[in-house]
Amino acid sequence: MRGNGLALKNGLTHLVLAAVSVVLVFPFVWMLTGAFKNGLEVVKMPPRFLPSHWNFDNFVRIEQFFPLYRFLLNSTVVAVATTLLQIIVCAMAAYVFAKIPFKGRQGVFLLFLTTMMIPAQVTLVPLFILFAKTNLIDTYAGLILPGIFSAYGTFLIRQHMLTVPNELLEAAFIDGASYYRVFRSVMLPLVKPTLAALTVFAFMSSWNNFLWPLIAVNSKELMTLPLGLSKLQGRWSTEWDVLMAGNVVSFVPIFVVYLFAQRYFVKGMTMTGIK
Amino acid sequence: MAGQRKWSRRLAALVFLLPALAGLLAFQLLPMVSSVVISFTDWDMIAKWTDMRFIGWDNYAAVFREEKSYTSLKNVFVFLIGYMPLVTALGTFLAVLLNRKIRAIKLYRAAVFVPVITSWVAVSIVWRWLLNGQSGLINFLLSKIGIHGPIWLQDDTWAMVSIIAVTVWKDIGFVSVILLAGLQDISEDYYEAAELDGASAWLKFRRITLPMLSPTLYFVVTISLINSFQLFDQVLIMTNGGPAGATSTLVEQVYKNAFQFNKMGFAAAQSWVLFVIIFAVSMLLQRLQRRWVVYER
Repeated sequence: MRGNGLALKNGLTHLVLAAVSVVLVFPFVWMLTGAFKNGLEVVKMPPRFLPSHWNFDNFVRIEQFFPLYRFLLNSTVVAVATTLLQIIVCAMAAYVFAKIPFKGRQGVFLLFLTTMMIPAQVTLVPLFILFAKTNLIDTYAGLILPGIFSAYGTFLIRQHMLTVPNELLEAAFIDGASYYRVFRSVMLPLVKPTLAALTVFAFMSSWNNFLWPLIAVNSKELMTLPLGLSKLQGRWSTEWDVLMAGNVVSFVPIFVVYLFAQRYFVKGMTMTGIK
Repeated sequence: MAGQRKWSRRLAALVFLLPALAGLLAFQLLPMVSSVVISFTDWDMIAKWTDMRFIGWDNYAAVFREEKSYTSLKNVFVFLIGYMPLVTALGTFLAVLLNRKIRAIKLYRAAVFVPVITSWVAVSIVWRWLLNGQSGLINFLLSKIGIHGPIWLQDDTWAMVSIIAVTVWKDIGFVSVILLAGLQDISEDYYEAAELDGASAWLKFRRITLPMLSPTLYFVVTISLINSFQLFDQVLIMTNGGPAGATSTLVEQVYKNAFQFNKMGFAAAQSWVLFVIIFAVSMLLQRLQRRWVVYER
């Protein structure tokens, strides 16, 4: 009797979860199949689920409108550089906040935390002016630099570094290790899981960022994927086949990263507020 | 010796902190201070620094005078009222299901997360197509059950409904994963004790799950509140604030005033008004929190 009840409950759970999954994933399936349809088929009613003929034209044709693969390169360069630099900068600062005491450290740390509360649009206008005046608009540096400082990332790594026992560091110092050596060979390896979580999190934020590139870039040659796609859809709003091909190009890399780093993705998300 | 050690420690602290401090100064503090200054000027970006004129509170007065400020504020509240309860309730429901120990649960957890990892731009473009009046799949499916669907994004009522629905669709995976983490922190013991007392599933949910989950729920509500006030990417791409301002939002106004109309001072003032609103509502939430959030002792 009880067993039957449980089986029914599990069956219902499966049913609901499967339905929800379909609703959440279907638009991506539609995007994927749409990218291989031709211009007529993509707007045909009633719609065909799969393309009658799988064509790859859209992935080539899109280059007539916009340099999509240039966008892909730009997005990759910006996301990789932002992530790497952010991790290094945050880990270094976190090391100080966790393990190198000095007078006034608490105050500086508090200042870091306070900036987490300031919404991005408050600093948007002056940040643009700062970059315009220093000729960083329309450069890779202009796209990358604002993303490398992260109070949140610093805070996260610091929390993990606090759990490293001081005795371990003392022992290393007695053996003659420098601060740099301890950072590289003791601290970083010990907080690897947090670094991994932050890496995927930072990569995703950078890859998907729209507002800052929208402001910091004017020339086609420097557009990232989200920005390039938004411009593309503005002008050729009905070429759904071409647009879906562009969407697929922007979706596949982040999806692959997600598949490989799923565990850390979720961890990066949940760490945002809980632990 | 000890003195030398102290100096080397200070030096190390400085060196390790320097890049982050430079970033904090250049990309947070300096822009913040300039933002305040700019908000009191009539500066338009084209003029030289030296031509900057201080005009006191004029920009702020103008923000309150402008009709569009109220429209966008109203829109954001409409969004908030639709989005927040929906994403929280559905997210909780989904989290409870995702917490069950059944086969293929990992697959379901992965599936709900796919919209979360995708950029708003890509998602918005796909939904613009799905919601298209003529060639959109949604209206086709509706026609199958005898409903003549509206032109969603160009209709002044349905545009906001669409934005809310799509945002719930994108964020629900994020919300439910956070709530799932909260659920997994609840000890099984409580449920076992309740079962001995013969409590129903609903009673267990009301008396154990909800109170134990309330700190996480509070976090989710706060995040969705902040997200609501910062509504931008999806609006710019799906409706560009239209039709006739029906989906215009605060951040979209700041962006357009600054970067399309060159009203830097006005936009800066607007962004500070926005900040004050976010701050006030967060404080209110913080206050109300004591009434319903239960912290374990």
